[in-house]
Amino acid sequence: MRVPILKLGDILLTSIQMDLTDSDAQQFQNDVLHMVHEKNAKGLIIDITALDVVDSYMARILNDTAHMVRLLGAEVVLCGMRPAVAITLVEMGRELIGVDTALNLEQGMEKLRRRIAGRPGAAGG
Amino acid sequence: MVTEKLVRIEDEMDIVAAREVGREMARELGFGLVDQTRLATAISELTRNVIQYAGKGICMIRDASDSSYIRIQVVVEDNGPGIPDINKALQFGYSTSGGLGAGLPGTKQLVHEFQIVSHPGLTRVTIAMVRARVPEESHIPVGTQRA
Repeated sequence: MRVPILKLGDILLTSIQMDLTDSDAQQFQNDVLHMVHEKNAKGLIIDITALDVVDSYMARILNDTAHMVRLLGAEVVLCGMRPAVAITLVEMGRELIGVDTALNLEQGMEKLRRRIAGRPGAAGG
Repeated sequence: MVTEKLVRIEDEMDIVAAREVGREMARELGFGLVDQTRLATAISELTRNVIQYAGKGICMIRDASDSSYIRIQVVVEDNGPGIPDINKALQFGYSTSGGLGAGLPGTKQLVHEFQIVSHPGLTRVTIAMVRARVPEESHIPVGTQRA
């Protein structure tokens, strides 16, 4: 199963809608990085509203993906984490360190726009 | 009536299957959403260890409730090489697989009971989640209405 990645102007939007196996998750990471690179995306939104389990493996994939995308030069916001997932992650000691998050897609988009606008050299557009 | 479900853990699809069975049984027994998520996540960690270190194994999920408590027990077992140093494996940050080493210690934080037996040829992790039964009637005893 592959997670679809949509292009909205200079932003990529991806929503994980199904329970991913470990190799699906790796495929997702790979696809995202290639899309960001190919499309010269300035930002990426990862929506995890539908994810009801984020274990240490998935947490690591999300964390790594965000850091990798940032290394490429784009901004990332993760949005829609379920409260039960947040509780579980913190209890496990697996917080997503250094990843920007937002309550929902709308706020995620807003946050991403602000981050893109705030980047050095972004003023000229 | 005892409910018991066995999931064979042979490839990574079974990790997803096992945690779904666990979540479903937890829900049926009356555990809340957060407990369901904790249990599903714990099962995910333990069954991944099976795939990663032993190749295959089993995951047994059973209703071990009684009249006072709802209790769901999960036994994850494999015939792999065993965990060389259990105390170390239960510390955060320790991993022999290049992972982040949060699997076992993280799992322990999520459940009420956690036991591990491991030697070459057998690793068995038993976890359980337990909650007091909520009485069907109101919590407030009859005759103690508020003024």
